[in-house]
Amino acid sequence: MLEKKTIDIDFSQVEAERMRVNMGPQHPSTHGVLRLEVELDGEIVTDVVPHIGYLHRCFEKTCENMTYPQVIPYIDRMDYISSMNNEWPYVMGMEKLMGIEVPERIEYIRVIMAELNRIANHQIAVATFGLDAGAFTPFLYLFRDREMILNLFEWASGGRLLYNYFWIGGLQRDVPPNFKETCLEIVKTVRKTNAEVMELLIGNKIFIERTANVGILPADVAINFGVTGPVLRGSGVPYDLRKVEPYSIYDRFDFDVIVGKGEMGTVGDCWDRNIVRMREMEESCKIIEQAVAQMPDEPKDVRLTVPKRVRPPKGEFYAKAENPKGELGFYIVSDGSAKPYRVRARATSFVNLSVLPVISKGYMIADLIMILGSLDIVLGEIDR
Amino acid sequence: MENNFLYNLFGNNVWFYLITIAIPLVFVLIYALIAILGELKIASWIQDRLGPMRTGWKGVLQPIAEVVKLIQKEDIIPANANKALFNLAPYIMFTGAFAAYAAIPFSSQFVPAHLNIGLFYIFAVGAFAIIGIVMGGWASNNKYSLLGAMRAVSQMVSYEIPIAFALLSIAALAGTLDLQDIIKQQEGGIWNWFIFGGNGSLIKILFIPFTISLFLVHFTSSLAETNRIPFDIPEGESEIVAGYHTEYSGMKFAMFFFAEYANMFTVSALVTICFFGGWQSPFGDFLNSPIMQSVWFVSKAMFFVFVQIWLRWTLPRLRVDQLMFVSWKVLTPVAFVCFIALSYWGLIK
Repeated sequence: MLEKKTIDIDFSQVEAERMRVNMGPQHPSTHGVLRLEVELDGEIVTDVVPHIGYLHRCFEKTCENMTYPQVIPYIDRMDYISSMNNEWPYVMGMEKLMGIEVPERIEYIRVIMAELNRIANHQIAVATFGLDAGAFTPFLYLFRDREMILNLFEWASGGRLLYNYFWIGGLQRDVPPNFKETCLEIVKTVRKTNAEVMELLIGNKIFIERTANVGILPADVAINFGVTGPVLRGSGVPYDLRKVEPYSIYDRFDFDVIVGKGEMGTVGDCWDRNIVRMREMEESCKIIEQAVAQMPDEPKDVRLTVPKRVRPPKGEFYAKAENPKGELGFYIVSDGSAKPYRVRARATSFVNLSVLPVISKGYMIADLIMILGSLDIVLGEIDR
Repeated sequence: MENNFLYNLFGNNVWFYLITIAIPLVFVLIYALIAILGELKIASWIQDRLGPMRTGWKGVLQPIAEVVKLIQKEDIIPANANKALFNLAPYIMFTGAFAAYAAIPFSSQFVPAHLNIGLFYIFAVGAFAIIGIVMGGWASNNKYSLLGAMRAVSQMVSYEIPIAFALLSIAALAGTLDLQDIIKQQEGGIWNWFIFGGNGSLIKILFIPFTISLFLVHFTSSLAETNRIPFDIPEGESEIVAGYHTEYSGMKFAMFFFAEYANMFTVSALVTICFFGGWQSPFGDFLNSPIMQSVWFVSKAMFFVFVQIWLRWTLPRLRVDQLMFVSWKVLTPVAFVCFIALSYWGLIK
């Protein structure tokens, strides 16, 4: 008779060889030239170390050798997906520093342009997030609509990606004729496509399974890391500079701050961060509609208050604005000459990326990609 | 043999065998080109764009251009790869995909090899692909390839179980493993197809829910067998670059590509045979001549190829553990219940 054998294995004690994988800088879904050093236990991520610097262009040092208006094109190249928004805090800070009052019409144009760019940015964010999940079609639907916004920007500024449109004290040139009608048309199209994307992608069972309860970022961790923008609001913190410290003319508009509520899983998961972006597009549409209705037609000259020589008085200033990706700030030190003594940028994506190692441990490699996608980073801004 | 028009035409000589081999090969080549073009055009139609437009009229020559491009490409073998395995893998993959065509009955008058265990043969040969994937993934000496190969094995082995149950149910229902026999039992119009319980008295209405869910189980598992979205985890472009064929280029990559498309038709053909009457006309004897039968068969199978393409451009991708969940906790139990029900129906029929 055979002896009955029992084998006791405590699988928690079994040590498997860990694998270190370098994801990027050439990888389909690291959203640029980011390198992630990932330690894997089978498919489970045990450690992530982001390596940055592949796109470093010495932005801050270069600025010290440029006159103040020459800095603006370099700012465009930081977060190249939302250049209009990037220019705004810098221009706003310079105007405060020099004491320039900008005509109301220009403020309205800036608001409309910034909100349109916010929509364009969120479209890319949602589209590439879907692409990370393997859904290719919503990507193209959203890009098709983004094209309308880019066409308008091209019409206004001459550039499709890098605009140099906001100038210190004014704008590069006036908006094209039919500007208001085009804006309303864009708003209409964005709403239509977003409804479609909500059905096709966001409400898809597979998509929900992939994103809900994945990469949970608790509110306290988010605040400790200084995370801002949709990533912070996805964790349920209603922090939006447009509401908290209204700059420009944002106090005139009626819009809501969208926060994640954990509808499909836990508050602060990937699905929440994504839905915040989807709903913010609708809020931007609301702002654009109101701004278009309120916008005055005079004065036509948008360079009326543009100073001939930009030579701010000695001093320093920190200006910030709510970018699509979060709070973007510029700390400008002026020594009274035509060139800045120091320009320091508080880059949103850089701060937002810092939570990645914290929130992605213990998930699978496919989840890591989803978490990275939900943070919506742009390497141009991280490396500067 | 007596039901083979080539046999009747040539008799038992070398020409008969050569032409019997040539027909599926030519069919696969032409089909693959059409399917690639279909993929491009259907994708662009779904995505509201034009797709390829410059090669030939409306871009119809695009697949040929792609094949020419792939032939011209440099054949790269990674320095530390296991050369023999690396070179062999794509051909094994394609051999497995092509071997299944030997038993596919295109018409009542033509099946390349009339096997009495055809159902089992196609199922068994389909498992060949796993060997190719593992060889390719391991020999590439690339971590992404290895991960892809690991995923592929676990996926394909898991999904063979629901497929096996589905085919077993069909075998129980038909009482045979012979594909021609299975199809012949479904004659007499659309109502007698196995998706509607086969021919029999009206009591079969009770079993229609089981056949339909069995079809869904089988088709879903077939998607996993062909590694397409939502089950393209072994390739998972956004995660592991291209999975097991990350390191392949040129014609060897084309072989993997080709095998995927060949597999798509095989699984569609199997679904057609098992549930949708194979080469039977949907109108009973009307339009049921041997030539029309092959037209029916190919168009039914192509419809399921279309469904696969449609799904690919609509759905996101599942995660590895979710994939296993679907296979073991959803599809396998459902398939098992259907198997019991249909065996009973096969018994009392």
